[in-house]
Amino acid sequence: MTDALLSVRNLRVEFPTRRGILTAIDDVSFDIMPGEVLGVVGESGAGKSLTGAAIIGLLEPPGRIAGGEILLKGQRIDDLDAESMRRIRGKRIGMVFQDPLTSLNPLYTVAQQLIETIRTHADLSEAEARARAIALLDRVGIPAAARRIDDYPHHFSGGMRQRVVIALALCAEPELVIADEPTTALDVSVQSQIIDLIKEICAERGAAVMLITHDMGVIAETADRVAVLYAGRLAEIGPVREVITAAEHPYTAGLMGSIPTLTQDNARLVQIPGAMPRLNAIPQGCAFNPRCERAFDRCFRDRPDPIDRGDGRKVACWLYDAAGVAAKEKADV
Amino acid sequence: MLAYIIRRILQSVLVMLVVALVSFALFRFVGDPINSMVGQEATIADREALREQLGLNDPFLTQFATFIGRAVQGDFGISYRLQQPVMELILSRLPATLELALVSGLLAFVFGVGFGVYTALRRNGWLSNTIMTVSLIGVSLPTFLIGVLLIWVFAVELQWLPSFGRGDTVQIGNWTTGLLTPSGRASLVLPAITLGLYQMTLIMRLVRAEMLEVLRTDYIKFARARGLSNRAVHFGHALKNTMVPVITITGLQLGSIIAFAIITETVFQWPGVGALFINSVRFVDVPVMAAYLMLIALVFVIINLIVDLLYYVVDPRLRVDRAATRH
Repeated sequence: MTDALLSVRNLRVEFPTRRGILTAIDDVSFDIMPGEVLGVVGESGAGKSLTGAAIIGLLEPPGRIAGGEILLKGQRIDDLDAESMRRIRGKRIGMVFQDPLTSLNPLYTVAQQLIETIRTHADLSEAEARARAIALLDRVGIPAAARRIDDYPHHFSGGMRQRVVIALALCAEPELVIADEPTTALDVSVQSQIIDLIKEICAERGAAVMLITHDMGVIAETADRVAVLYAGRLAEIGPVREVITAAEHPYTAGLMGSIPTLTQDNARLVQIPGAMPRLNAIPQGCAFNPRCERAFDRCFRDRPDPIDRGDGRKVACWLYDAAGVAAKEKADV
Repeated sequence: MLAYIIRRILQSVLVMLVVALVSFALFRFVGDPINSMVGQEATIADREALREQLGLNDPFLTQFATFIGRAVQGDFGISYRLQQPVMELILSRLPATLELALVSGLLAFVFGVGFGVYTALRRNGWLSNTIMTVSLIGVSLPTFLIGVLLIWVFAVELQWLPSFGRGDTVQIGNWTTGLLTPSGRASLVLPAITLGLYQMTLIMRLVRAEMLEVLRTDYIKFARARGLSNRAVHFGHALKNTMVPVITITGLQLGSIIAFAIITETVFQWPGVGALFINSVRFVDVPVMAAYLMLIALVFVIINLIVDLLYYVVDPRLRVDRAATRH
């Protein structure tokens, strides 16, 4: 897939610690097409946020990219020097963080932060940048933008601050926006507004979105495709409708089963037994094997690679290997 | 804002009254001033006459009220030892102390912030480690020892700088300054370093710790994610947030610099109010001691007030009244 906007190939992120190297992201590959919304889901610690940080080049030391490559429009960006990577950040890849209350510098007005960012990436005068900043604030739904632009972040509510953050992430018209749990810290009533805003405004500008969340509901409503991460590995990736209605990986199926629905009268929600293994205790074979009801001998022995299931779907599960299918059929009899 | 300032000023007045009480109590409890004023051969009648003349036989409250009334007008009486008005004495010595304190405060601030920022940004560089190690010495060595060591190296061995005094001074109105003559500036170097070294290491360690803290915050991460240059992130965003607590400490340190100038002034025979105070203690010159105490308290109170107002200027979140009207 050479026309992908962003290609992550066999990404591996490691943290050297005193007790040896922890592999936080292990051999993860996916593509994001121009204008597409890719949802990335997984439990806390599955490596979702780290994947985002690795792409934008802001892994916190001692974390480091230990293998694989990241390509933006076919050009490698994981091995760029600091200055070239800085030019990509904000300009070509924007980022929205989880907590809008702490994402903005409390000592500067919204205008100062917006104008600073705009002028970093575009050769504009102060007045031009200010005009653009006001238009942007207006677009992200800040009422009376021209007046409120000179307020400090603490004058805004959480939802409004996240709108400001989105304006900041979009002010240089990036081709890709990485939204790292953009609604987790917000009121439930505001969450869907923010998600809708991100979706609309990126669609309008043709920007692709990598939406990191643990909320399957958000993914279902927003994403075109979804990637499921488990213990730093890619479990399943595919078009969102198919993954949701017909999950193939037992882990994804478990995740889907744990979403309450109004139509079904569930007495009790399905729950995946156990917990995700810690990074220093990932079992041999498939990382999910201790919790998987359908695991068989091979799952404890070999690690499954993503298996192509057609239509852009990939599943890292031995059940879908030719031999696995046979084993499954045998088990079903 | 106005109510805040008025409240703060009232608090300051209260503090000054308490200090005045302590200063005044000195007169009653630190020996008998008559003894140091008259000679051996004075008769008891002479002593009583002097006591009556100085008002030492009046009731406590009357004496205290008189003391405050005069202090407000800048009248702290006559020095027992030098037989000059105390205010005149202090005012003639004050420029020397203030120049010393301001120069060492400035040195401490500039180098403290500079080194602090450097060691925070280059956390594991060899130069950072060297600075941090050397700063430990600065914190742990007592001021007089640093002064003596500096005198030994730069005045005795190398003979680069004078070891005592203020050098030539120039009189500008009521102010004598040593900053305008080469010998005055040379004389200032060693005392200023001695006095400022401890404060510098303190500020440096504070700036470093705060800066490291700030560099970990989300808004710094977000500033990087927006593609701002390292310069803008470090100095525009991180440093400004670092400065909020640093300003408070630095301001308060300026007060202690003036107060602790006593030791440095003694080591370098610097003709400031600190040296004046030490001599007054030796001769139980209570009016000078009392006035010095009040002066230092006043300096602290004023600096505190300024620091609080500066805080207000730097941190918009404290301007609550404006936010309240907006919502």
